[in-house]
Amino acid sequence: MLAAIGLESIDQLFSGIPEKLRLRRLLDIPRALTEPELLDYFKDRAARNAADYVSFLGAGIYRHHIPIIIDALISRSEFYTAYTPYQPEIAQGTLQAIFEFQTYIAQLTGMEVANASLYDGSTGVAEAMLMAQRISRKNKFLVAKTVHPEYRAVMDAYARNLGIEIQLIDYTAEGRVDMAQVERALGKDVAGIVVQSPNFFGTIEDTALISDLAHRHDALSIINIAEAVSLGILKPPRDADIVVGEAQALGVPMSFGGPHVGFLATRDRYVRQMPGRLVGMGKDYSGKRAFVLTLSTREQHIRREKATSNICTNQSLCALMSTIYLATLGPVGLAEVCEHNILKTDYAVGQIRSQTPHRVLFPAPRFNEFVVQLDDRYASRVERLMQNNIVPGLDLSRFYPELRNTLLVCVTETTRKDQIDALVKGLA
Amino acid sequence: MSSNHQRTGSHFQITERLVFEEGSPGRRGFDLPELDVPRKDVATVIDPSLLRDGIAGMPELSEVDVIRHFTRLSTWNYHIDLGLYPLGSCTMKYNPKINERVARLEGFALAHPYMPAELIQGALEVQKTLETCLAQISGTDAVSLQPAAGAHGELTGILMIRAYHQSKGNPRKKILVPDSAHGTNPASVTISGYVVENVPSDRRGMVDLEHLKKVVDQDVAAIMITNPNTLGVFERDIAEIAELMHSRGALVYMDGANLNAMMGITRPGDFGIDVLHINLHKTFTTPHGGGGPGAGPVAVKKILEPFLPYPTVGRQAGGNYFFDHDRPQSIGKMKAYNGQFGMHVRALCYILANGPEGLKEVSEVAVLNANYIRAKLKDAYAIPYDSPSLHEIVFSDRIQARKDVHSGDIAKRLIDYGFHPPTVSFPLIVPGALMVEPTETESKQEIDAFIEAMLAIAKEAEENPEIVKSAPHSTRIGRIDEASAARKPVLRWRPE
Amino acid sequence: MSPDELLYSKEHEWLRTGDGVIGITHHAQDELGEVVYVELPKVGDKFDSGDTFGTVESVKAVSELFMPVSGEVVAINEGLTDAPESVNQDPYGKGWMIRIKVRDTAETGQLMSAKAYDAYVAEKE
Repeated sequence: MLAAIGLESIDQLFSGIPEKLRLRRLLDIPRALTEPELLDYFKDRAARNAADYVSFLGAGIYRHHIPIIIDALISRSEFYTAYTPYQPEIAQGTLQAIFEFQTYIAQLTGMEVANASLYDGSTGVAEAMLMAQRISRKNKFLVAKTVHPEYRAVMDAYARNLGIEIQLIDYTAEGRVDMAQVERALGKDVAGIVVQSPNFFGTIEDTALISDLAHRHDALSIINIAEAVSLGILKPPRDADIVVGEAQALGVPMSFGGPHVGFLATRDRYVRQMPGRLVGMGKDYSGKRAFVLTLSTREQHIRREKATSNICTNQSLCALMSTIYLATLGPVGLAEVCEHNILKTDYAVGQIRSQTPHRVLFPAPRFNEFVVQLDDRYASRVERLMQNNIVPGLDLSRFYPELRNTLLVCVTETTRKDQIDALVKGLA
Repeated sequence: MSSNHQRTGSHFQITERLVFEEGSPGRRGFDLPELDVPRKDVATVIDPSLLRDGIAGMPELSEVDVIRHFTRLSTWNYHIDLGLYPLGSCTMKYNPKINERVARLEGFALAHPYMPAELIQGALEVQKTLETCLAQISGTDAVSLQPAAGAHGELTGILMIRAYHQSKGNPRKKILVPDSAHGTNPASVTISGYVVENVPSDRRGMVDLEHLKKVVDQDVAAIMITNPNTLGVFERDIAEIAELMHSRGALVYMDGANLNAMMGITRPGDFGIDVLHINLHKTFTTPHGGGGPGAGPVAVKKILEPFLPYPTVGRQAGGNYFFDHDRPQSIGKMKAYNGQFGMHVRALCYILANGPEGLKEVSEVAVLNANYIRAKLKDAYAIPYDSPSLHEIVFSDRIQARKDVHSGDIAKRLIDYGFHPPTVSFPLIVPGALMVEPTETESKQEIDAFIEAMLAIAKEAEENPEIVKSAPHSTRIGRIDEASAARKPVLRWRPE
Repeated sequence: MSPDELLYSKEHEWLRTGDGVIGITHHAQDELGEVVYVELPKVGDKFDSGDTFGTVESVKAVSELFMPVSGEVVAINEGLTDAPESVNQDPYGKGWMIRIKVRDTAETGQLMSAKAYDAYVAEKE
């Protein structure tokens, strides 16, 4: 091959790089490992993560059963080793699957249209905020404190340099967004209000009421869904303007925080202000049904600095996992999963109330998470549970300093009764 | 086709409707275990006004229905395991199977980022080790694995540049972006609150140092440069450009999309780059997944380290790893948790599988393959910039356009020859661009077959342009009426 | 050959001085390709000469629309919402974009005649 190019050495290939910039030593990284060594290396590291603990952690990442067929299907090279579907004639599989994802998300959220997915819930909410800024041409947002604290941190990082002002809204003793405070804060300058449901405490918000209030003040209603399984049974936020969230709960492994998959759904009239890819259904010139990336003029590769977002791609493979999850469960299976989450959580709450001295905070209805406030022996109780291989939940004071000695506990359909009982016993 | 062996043939395949048009009521693909807590009516737990009544249009399918549906869909895709994928600037290389195996180990797949640090030492070690390797490969001092993709890394990097200038009292106003840059560059600049100023390329297809000397003033925060640039050309003056920027208080951002050309050959940190993002889904073989997930870590020099997004991965004196949230000058959080961890495992696996010699060889062979294609096609296709190529080569359709055959037509015709098309219509400075990046994972036989196909198409463009202009002829569907699809967009299925 | 009765700008917009109707030229629509979407201002919006008054999109390109002269929008072509392809099929007729009340007729002096515009396009190519 070198001869065909007319060169004598590999080094000559790099003649375009000035000699003074060449690295004339080997990189200082570990030596190459063979396949058996690699397996050993990673098995050893994986074993040092506690996969065998009983975990009551949720807080934005949920442990649901993932049907085996998802991994079987997404492991097909045809899906996972394909590129972004720019050449529709040879990418109809990916394109149709994304179109199905868009439809499922629209159905679940009660919105008219959904995009091809975003990186995750946290960046999704930030994108939704920028979208609302474009639609309203206003810069102030009211954001519930019960929106996932890490999502709010991402919103802050995005907002900081774009003249966006974020005003936080407190939660009530019921564990819901303080509507009276929202009403006082709403004014002509407010672009939108951002509320999560079920919120970070697991409490279900009345999204219809929130949207109505926003609309009465000419603000957009942005509803964030971090636990997408809940849409299988909870009333969708049909009156919202943007529904944005995280679909990890729908069949995507927790995987230490990523990759997961964000979604964004809205009304038809805002479609040109949406960030991210969109797949449309059309026809080829012989009249056959075909799918294609469409409305691309919103995007960075065409509009460059005037694009609706800098996002280049979607989370196709994770969106595919969610699509297969929804296809496998169907509406009945999904509702059953929801029912198990609700009833097991309700059981856990009841047992903690009756069997332990601790207070379960926030009486509003909840999906699969709740907040329990322990007494002053918090540290030793948590310690004891950990010794019994139980991670009892998230210490909420990490994000809410006012909530001392509290745990955010998540119970899903994968949590067995005996595990709940062990938690209760440990807390008693 | 002139090929002495026909690469493509007709193939058995099955038409499949949308999932919403399949299935039938009562079918199910999944059963839950018996409920082991007392059964109650959900409406007694949650106010019925908060519950929905069904999900209109959601289909009911059996396990086999689901398997068949998605398997049939999958057969309509081209993919890297099937053949060469010469998309310039996308670095479509083989994704080693062991990456997939190790990323699925339960200890990784089931790890929750809010687990106490002592229960996630393995995951944290993987992240720290990958950070260290990426810093070494890029010649930088610190790395954040948080950004979810290349464009997200760009945004992170520019926000850090902004925080750096802010810490000196003035964030400045503009970022310079060469006209050959990828569209995400200017878009990322805008959402960082900066104004884009385009800088023209010179006749070599490189950034014009003399022009820069005139435009870099106190308002310029940084230049955002791609190196090797989108023409596959190494910016010969890069060290001088960096020196100029630094002398005027500005920084240098590098789009690391093309790192595959330089591993172990030269290092961005050594030629003056202050911050770059690295696309793990390009150089480090994490799969593209039909458009994501990607991963776009940012690597920085010491001066930018305080501004990295939090948390970073730290290590205590005793050897234990932890998430370090105590970063007072941090730009904040760019994504919940700490990045696309599943991709980090795969990328580290790739780096460890190659080692220092292996990574260098990767870049050498990638550049050799691109130059071989250049040598073999240079008489049939115009080369608008004749600077030496690294890992990719940009041709134009100038010769074929005389017969009204354009880059898009050549791309579609390649499909008939059994190849994925190269990147077309980019970079914008080349009208009718055809950007070819073979990568190192392709054999000489595969590359020769591609060259032969390209030569055959050049001949067809001369002798029978219609067959090229109406391609592809061998696919399930033909060219799509994209204008109609965009005029009345149908973005979801609805029941008839 | 561009219609004689119109005046033309360097940004490839045409103006019918009689009633203040504005559109884009045959050359402009040809360069854009199949038009899929036209974004127009609201009736009552006022613009100076050279201002952007909207955008026109094809599948893979976006172009801004520039005012050939200053004026106030008195009508927009609602028909383009359903049939943006009119811009391709009939750029000087059904594909018109807005009608304005021209603020200062003296500004039309900066515009080109059909002959001058055709020469301008020929030279660019």
